[in-house]
Amino acid sequence: MNFAQIENEIVEEFELFGDHWEARYEHLIDMGKSLPLIPEKEKTDDLLIKGCQSKLWLKSYFDGTLVTYMADSDAIITKGIAALIIRVLSHHTPDEIVQAELQFIDKIGLKEHLSPTRANGLVSLIKQMKLDALAYLSKSAKQ
Amino acid sequence: MLEESKIQTANIAEYRKDFPILSRQINNKPLVYFDNGATTQKPQVVIDAVSHYYEHLNANIHRGVHTLSQEITLAYEDARIKVQQHLNAAHSHEIIFTKGTTDAINLVAHSFGKKYFTSGDEILISAMEHHSNIIPWQQLCEEKGCELKVIPISDSGEILMDAFEELLTSKTKIVAITHVSNTLGTINPVKDMIACSHRKGIPVLIDGAQAVPHLAVDVQNLDADFYCFSAHKLFGPTGVGVLYGKEIFLNELPPYQTGGGVILSVDFQKTTFAPLPLKFEAGTPHIAGGIGLAAAIDYVNQIGLNNITTYEHYLLEHATNRLQEIEGVKIIGNANKKAAVISFIVDSCHPLDVGTLLDKQGIAVRTGHHCTQPLMKLLGIPGTVRASFAFYNTIDEIDVFAEALKKTIRLLK
Ligand SMILES: Cc1ncc(COP(=O)(O)O)c(C=O)c1O
Repeated sequence: MNFAQIENEIVEEFELFGDHWEARYEHLIDMGKSLPLIPEKEKTDDLLIKGCQSKLWLKSYFDGTLVTYMADSDAIITKGIAALIIRVLSHHTPDEIVQAELQFIDKIGLKEHLSPTRANGLVSLIKQMKLDALAYLSKSAKQ
Repeated sequence: MLEESKIQTANIAEYRKDFPILSRQINNKPLVYFDNGATTQKPQVVIDAVSHYYEHLNANIHRGVHTLSQEITLAYEDARIKVQQHLNAAHSHEIIFTKGTTDAINLVAHSFGKKYFTSGDEILISAMEHHSNIIPWQQLCEEKGCELKVIPISDSGEILMDAFEELLTSKTKIVAITHVSNTLGTINPVKDMIACSHRKGIPVLIDGAQAVPHLAVDVQNLDADFYCFSAHKLFGPTGVGVLYGKEIFLNELPPYQTGGGVILSVDFQKTTFAPLPLKFEAGTPHIAGGIGLAAAIDYVNQIGLNNITTYEHYLLEHATNRLQEIEGVKIIGNANKKAAVISFIVDSCHPLDVGTLLDKQGIAVRTGHHCTQPLMKLLGIPGTVRASFAFYNTIDEIDVFAEALKKTIRLLK
């Protein structure tokens, strides 16, 4: 699936809940519980994303073709948000990830409900994911 | 048992109408504003006083011979007298207008430090201080080679008085403590602490940011050497606050900032500074803020701070009882004497998540470290959820909050 398809899938999922905020957040929390976690012993401080009130770790892997992300947080809603973004960006080529423009965050009405600290964290997360992809891109270009 | 308060619920409904923002809906729910520790809402009389100033009185103070300038100078100086009376200071020139509590503490750390501190001196603060009452002293320590000493607290969040007395030594140059903890709600025994320090000849600064909205403060009775607070936590405008200082100290201290307004005469060789209070008020001040603060003080006094204290105590007890009923909730800060501030954590729920879901239900609380990171480290927690009340909050709102919290926990588990 390309980004737009995955994004549409997420948007449709959230639309099912209508204005029912409890259900939306329940879904987000469930997503958080399904987040691909970083193994505990690899969860070092250098993986922390700055600008979050909660702790948020991000780790990426590159198999030569596709990038995969894992994350963790001490706050479950943060985990849920990270899970959504990973669901969209993971398993794509570095080039695709660097080019990606994410739309779904606005469409599911997530951003307007995030506190500024959380919205900052979200921006920092996406930025770090793209930076990781960029690093893989330049590495594979050199080879 | 809950004590029936002098402010009846019926009165509160009336007072609430004085605060336009309290009728707002947040996320389609009536706003429940429990973040008064961060800043309080403003009654219409304060908003009106500020607009009236800009619409009818605006001119610069202490400068002009023209009528407008003279009128506003008088009004601004009346505001100073109002603050003096409110704190029961001996003289109005002991009241310095600042940007707020943070600015006031910086002023003292800078000017007092410059005058009296030398290498090896000590500054004594408590473990529950706000960053605003830590960092200015830390900076001074770095500059002058001094040492910051910290009074430990008990598990319930009270200052350990024996440890405090032991830490008061011949090296201690100043004691700087908070009257009320913004995180734990503890009301510190500042009068005793001041007496104790004075027996050893050590002056004391009290950070009154969280005390002034909840308690009647009498600086002469406390015998505080410096006392500071922010107008915005007392139903007044942001950007203005107060430093009270005893005349004997303020006269001795060098100015903090310099520029227009602080001088008697200037030539290129030397400047002679103005007498108090202008020596410490460089530049054009927040005139509208001073006028708004005076209106806020009038407003609070018309209700009566003693009535407010009693009523808020009743709110605090109710909130404490309601929170204790909820499984997994742990109250942080169980001092004997507390102002209407209640911090808590919830088993295996991050404070940020709790705050986010409470907000969805129209409830404004603060989450995080509350600018007391050293205290959080001491307690071994990443942060708390804090509900802080004002006299316009109600028992009903606390009940709505308790139910919303239960729902939040159900969702997060
Ligand atoms: C105890 C205490 N001291 C100082 C401050 C700083 O006040 P301001 O930001 O108004 O300068 C606060 C505000 O949160 C406080 O709670």
